[in-house]
Amino acid sequence: MEILVCIKRVPDTSENEIALNSAGNDIERDDLVYSVNEWDNYAVEEAIQIVDRVGGSVTVVTVGDDESEEVLRREMAMGANNGLLLSDDAFAETDGRGIATILKAAVEKGNYDLILTGALADDGAGQVGGMLAAMLDYPFASVVNKIETGDDKKLKIGREIEGGNQEISEIELPCVLSIQTGINEPRYVGIRGIRKVASVEIPTMGAGDLGVDAAALAPKVKRLDYFVPEMGEGAEMLEGSTEEIIAKLLEMLKAKGGLK
Amino acid sequence: MAQIFAYIVHKDGVADDTALELLTAAKKIDPAASVTAIVAGNGAGLDAVANEMAKAYNEVWKLDDPALAYPNAELVRPVLVKMIPAGSIVLVAHDTFGMDLAPGLSIKMDAAFVPDVVDIEGLEGDTLKVVRQEFGGQVSTHVTANIAGGAVLTPRGGVFAATEAGASGSVVDKSGDIGGLSAKRRFIEVVVAEVGDVDITKEDVLVSVGRGIEDQDNIEIAEDLAKAMGAVVSCSRPIVDAKWLEKSRQVGTSGQTVKPKVYMACGISGSFQHLGGIKGNPFIVAINKNAKAPIFQVADVGVVADILEFMPALTEAIEEAK
Repeated sequence: MEILVCIKRVPDTSENEIALNSAGNDIERDDLVYSVNEWDNYAVEEAIQIVDRVGGSVTVVTVGDDESEEVLRREMAMGANNGLLLSDDAFAETDGRGIATILKAAVEKGNYDLILTGALADDGAGQVGGMLAAMLDYPFASVVNKIETGDDKKLKIGREIEGGNQEISEIELPCVLSIQTGINEPRYVGIRGIRKVASVEIPTMGAGDLGVDAAALAPKVKRLDYFVPEMGEGAEMLEGSTEEIIAKLLEMLKAKGGLK
Repeated sequence: MAQIFAYIVHKDGVADDTALELLTAAKKIDPAASVTAIVAGNGAGLDAVANEMAKAYNEVWKLDDPALAYPNAELVRPVLVKMIPAGSIVLVAHDTFGMDLAPGLSIKMDAAFVPDVVDIEGLEGDTLKVVRQEFGGQVSTHVTANIAGGAVLTPRGGVFAATEAGASGSVVDKSGDIGGLSAKRRFIEVVVAEVGDVDITKEDVLVSVGRGIEDQDNIEIAEDLAKAMGAVVSCSRPIVDAKWLEKSRQVGTSGQTVKPKVYMACGISGSFQHLGGIKGNPFIVAINKNAKAPIFQVADVGVVADILEFMPALTEAIEEAK
């Protein structure tokens, strides 16, 4: 099976505090550590496991600048066979639909049976997979947490739906699936793995190579600013020494029935 | 003014909580809008949902077809594309069905797509201004969408108040317009989540751990605190993804909905998916080393601390006080 996995380089926000820059038009990015989007990492692992079972190859693709090459290399160190960087000044200011448009052009340059994306990324939109499928007229399923391969015409998949339940469906190939975290346990990538792929040539394609018209990338949706939300009154913050904080907290927990 | 449609999620003859929240969202786009609810499905429960929606919406489209008995977005999408006039605004709740349906719907309608909307500031000409969140709710952002060619929006559940019933709308049976239905994705069954050794939905006090626990071996620290408090350990999604605790311990929209009296959120940032699983207005204590974690905005009491140091200290203090 020929599998394309669409990935994105994002700031790792699980370990970093997000602060606004002084202009308020972006977050402070200088001190952030960037890596591959967590959901995408599960998607790449799933693709590698499928190819291990049924044969084929895994290609990782991203839309980004030169720095995005590092996440392609990281996923190749995991076991993806090929990388593809889609990079052009014309791609910089587009929206989710534009990203899907660029990816569609890349899909049409290849011959893929299965296209995977992460279910979500840093912007919380969860839109590119569904848009790409619609543009290609491929069937789509979101928040997929199980893939079973059968014959080469279809897959049996599970979607994570509300309440922790799982919706089981059959989907025809080629298709687009957006992958939920927890579907597998992504393998560890060590320094040695990274070194092995450090000098592998990663092809780059721009708007001209892909035949994407810049006018098709004009965004319908634009982000104006960033701001810190104010929701409700916020917590009463306990301050002082650890002993003082614990003494106050114990009193509150007793009063609220938190200690038995 | 564009027409506004709301897609109603329902099950067993009962509309989802989001059904009347979408009407509030629609009125924030245009207070004067006539809003049409779309109720698709099959069987006895469908009329009940359609009639219920007519008490709040001006108009309800009923789409009754055996093929729609289970809501498969791959079947629903082409029906909506066929029936909804070009240039319309379509609202779909931002849940797992909305994530399936809406992005592709926006492409097929050639309309702007704005997902996971938490507030709507209003419409000026063809420019709709809304609020979204990024980075797990740590920062918000104003977003504008050019809706000249229509728009698909997915409002987040629970952030728009439900509109009270008070209209006397009409139910229009549009089933005859559906036509033949087929999709390349076929629904087979729903596998119901397994019940674990502990039922966290019935517990009064939960010590809930998130990413801040850092390592599987540290789960013990939470178990010790829970034991001292007479509580039970629950968790957020990353802990289940890492297989450190079983799925039945997960609080959130994709896990269990809990209704405790006291909820200790330890090293949990507080994504909306997690908070969506906490009901009944418990006393929430948040302990997190990131002072900007969204959990502090919804907690009653907050402590900025490393849970790996604070939890053992708290456990010790509770034991000493006994």
